[in-house]
Amino acid sequence: MNLEGKVALVTGGSRGIGRAISMRLAKDGAHVFVNYARNEKAADETLRMILEQGGSGEVFPFDVSNYKSVQEAAGAIVKKKGRLDILVNNAGISVDGLIAMMKEEDWDRVIANNLKGVFNCCRAVVRQMIRQHGGRIVNISSVVAATGNAGQVNYSASKAGIEGLTKSMARELGSRNICINAVAPGFIETDMTAFLKEEEKEKVKSQIPLERLGTPEDVAGVVRFLLSEEAGYVTGQVIHVNGGLYM
Amino acid sequence: MSSIEEKVIEIIMEQLDVTKEECVPEAAFIDDLGADSLDIVELVMAMEENFAIEISDDELMKIRTIQDVIDFIKKKRGALN
Repeated sequence: MNLEGKVALVTGGSRGIGRAISMRLAKDGAHVFVNYARNEKAADETLRMILEQGGSGEVFPFDVSNYKSVQEAAGAIVKKKGRLDILVNNAGISVDGLIAMMKEEDWDRVIANNLKGVFNCCRAVVRQMIRQHGGRIVNISSVVAATGNAGQVNYSASKAGIEGLTKSMARELGSRNICINAVAPGFIETDMTAFLKEEEKEKVKSQIPLERLGTPEDVAGVVRFLLSEEAGYVTGQVIHVNGGLYM
Repeated sequence: MSSIEEKVIEIIMEQLDVTKEECVPEAAFIDDLGADSLDIVELVMAMEENFAIEISDDELMKIRTIQDVIDFIKKKRGALN
């Protein structure tokens, strides 16, 4: 329970990996703001599960791609709770297609949500963390930032961008005791991979040394580690959580 | 010395861990007082809180010396009154 008294914001916290992270942080004592953009029902369900396990939190709708909305949201959190200790940039979308056919708007949408969204959220919280002389940010990347993936030029570029941002921010803010890291999941069983057919899943599994897809909780556990006291000397890193799919 | 100047210097002494003697009006934060860019951001945030004013990012970039800060706050406060 050593996140007692900490205030956390998890973007895209209503489903999948974001839900698992929100629940884990709340379980360990943090007050969690569960951000969502569209799926209010899923966000409410995440909050219900948080409260059921004895945790504390609230849902908070805003669009990470909108600079002004994010500034206002972060301001509202600080005004209400007086602090902000943890930011997990998890919100992300994928709009897949081969480069030969990709629409300009599909590129723009993915970059706006996944990459600019991370910038927006970091920009909105970083002064408060400087003021507090400490803070932790974890950005959710993807294995495809390192490996590439046919059909995901936009998604993989956004995630590779997140990793560059993570390292630059770690250099800028290390002197203020702010640690910024990225977690790069491999194939995790969420809505984002639910479209895969059974034989496709088997094929993926055959390439994973641990012979299974990951769970959202596998990712949440590593995020939790990066937010712990024990990880106080870890910054600017990309931690892969992929069952050995990529090494 | 006006109360604004005294308060500004008090904040600078605390934020940058410098002595009152070092805080002459023409002292430049980075060159004379050993501040880095983030120190200036922190300093500006402290000024905003103490004087209940807002300093935009463009204005922040123009701040170089202690006198700049004092002039700035006086101007902002003047505009308020």
